[in-house]
Amino acid sequence: MAASAPAPIIRLVDIRKTYITGDIESHVLSGISLDIYPGEYVCIMGPSGCGKSTLLNVLGCLDQPTSGDYFLGGQNVATLNDDDLSAARNRNLGFIFQSYNLIQQLTVRENIAVPMYYGGATDEQMRTVATKLATQVGLDHRLDHKPNQLSGGQQQRVAIARALSNSPLVILADEATGNLDSKSGKEILELFDDLNRQGKTLVFVTHDERMVERCTRVIRLKDGLLDRDEPGAQSHRTQTPTAA
Amino acid sequence: MLANRPILRLLTSPQHLWRTVSLGMKSLWLHKLRSMLTALGVVFGVASVVAMLAIGEGASYEAQEQIRKLGSQNIILESVKPPENQSGASEARSLVIEYGITAKDIQQIRGTVPGIEIVDPSRSLTETIWNLDKKAEGQIIGALPMYPEMRNRHIVDGRFFSDLELDQHLPVCAITVATQARLFPLSSPIGKSLRVRGFYYKIIGIISDENGNTDPAASGPETTAQLLIPFSTLLDQFGETFFRYKTGGFEAEKVEFHQAVIRILEADKVESRAAAIRQILSTNHKKEDWRIVVPVELLKQAERTKRIFSIVLGSIAAISLLVGGIGIMNIMLASVTERTREIGIRRALGARQTDIVVQFLIETVLLSGIGGIMGVVLGVSIPFIVSHFAGVTTVVQIWSPILAFSISVITGIAFGIYPANRAARMNPVEALRHE
Repeated sequence: MAASAPAPIIRLVDIRKTYITGDIESHVLSGISLDIYPGEYVCIMGPSGCGKSTLLNVLGCLDQPTSGDYFLGGQNVATLNDDDLSAARNRNLGFIFQSYNLIQQLTVRENIAVPMYYGGATDEQMRTVATKLATQVGLDHRLDHKPNQLSGGQQQRVAIARALSNSPLVILADEATGNLDSKSGKEILELFDDLNRQGKTLVFVTHDERMVERCTRVIRLKDGLLDRDEPGAQSHRTQTPTAA
Repeated sequence: MLANRPILRLLTSPQHLWRTVSLGMKSLWLHKLRSMLTALGVVFGVASVVAMLAIGEGASYEAQEQIRKLGSQNIILESVKPPENQSGASEARSLVIEYGITAKDIQQIRGTVPGIEIVDPSRSLTETIWNLDKKAEGQIIGALPMYPEMRNRHIVDGRFFSDLELDQHLPVCAITVATQARLFPLSSPIGKSLRVRGFYYKIIGIISDENGNTDPAASGPETTAQLLIPFSTLLDQFGETFFRYKTGGFEAEKVEFHQAVIRILEADKVESRAAAIRQILSTNHKKEDWRIVVPVELLKQAERTKRIFSIVLGSIAAISLLVGGIGIMNIMLASVTERTREIGIRRALGARQTDIVVQFLIETVLLSGIGGIMGVVLGVSIPFIVSHFAGVTTVVQIWSPILAFSISVITGIAFGIYPANRAARMNPVEALRHE
């Protein structure tokens, strides 16, 4: 399945991450190699302490690996400086967090446009794209509201719209439904399904086993190493990839 | 590419600048009371600087104006009645107290000190001045025709007496505006006569008061009414000896000149000439019965005082703005900690460290700048209120609000850099984890 896709969006080569506290070295990631191709819906699963979050931070260019190479869209980000890492996050990645992480003093419209703001977009572009994305996630009637006027599900929709605003290569989600009740959680997951059907590449970190039903590929980590890499229930989608 | 240099982008794109500033305003508006209290330190700092500068400047302006009225090239000699214990034994027995500047002094000064243009001696006595049945206590001054020019007094109406009138000892007079206000409140005094004791004087002109006032309506009761007659006429009619009532009897005084004004031709020689004149007078007089006033020296003294004043004000300004700046820094540090999460989010979404620095710096500069503007408004209105209600002259110089405002903005930048850097240096992963 992976072999049928053209070039990987993400290629990890022997990624290691070691934290040193005093004299104790703790190896959180002990050599992970992994390719992720366009259109995939990858779930990264594993017990707590297996290195999921650290891997997500490395994937998200928020943290640099101790050693190894990380190619994001063909560029080796393991060697970038802080400013270039910021630019890489801005252009290539969309983040969705468990606790939504919207900026409280900004309206829905402004929150959606934050990545575009740092990408140097004009006011006109920001306005147009934010309106379009809010409509897509069903919040066009809430554009001028502040986050604290919205329900959890609505806030997560804003976060999804924000993750899409710079048309990134990959969307990274960290327990995106962890704070939601089952009904809104289900709605959010359906939104992710839609995005993947439209050809968006998603990487979802979770410990919710039900996600296996929705994704195209499941990666299980154990003690900082890749334990298993198996197809998800929707793996047929990547065999006939829609044009992204 | 401009997007790679946030500060450059800020300066070159008004749209971007506006966006950053409005973002800063939003963050400050979120904590209205806190922002206001923080800015208050700067408000009072700037206001006190502007107000104190205006009041100080006003005071020194007034002092300098008064000194300038005496004439910067003039040296004024005055007769002073010596204290009793200083009088010698012979004078104590005499009925007539003799003191003051004498004709001999004037002649000697004229003869020995070079570069003197005019010596203008005058005598004065206090008498009751009558216009028919109206009277006023005032000063009768025997003067030379050059008197108005020497004392910076303006001719308001008519003319001053001439050399001819001086030579012929004529009973003519010029009166001051204050005298006019008291004795001729309704009609023009020119051509009318005034009486002092048994002598009548025809009024030929009106000159300004000692304080430069030329409007009779504005002449207050504190201004002395003055009547100026030719020096020769005064000598004829009142003699050289004056009698004055004193408790227990009469007191007689003999004074040749009450005052003499000497004009020095070269402005830069005034002080050395003053020293020479001092020398002559102290040789001629055994008693301390004279006084010398050198306006230029007073002016220099006033300038020295003003400089000390400015240093004191400057220190107060520096301290108050320092305190204001520390207040801003304190609040910004608290704000950075409080908004750690927001910083993490922004970093994750692609903000560079410089973007974060700019964001927080803009906030501090807005805080101190708004405080500065409010301080300038307050600082400019305080002198206005002070001069309106306390009658004190204040001078708000155009550079003082500009200076105070610029310093407040610079304070904002100086005290904002550290918190802003701290915000930018945060590890995005830890910042995102922050609760």
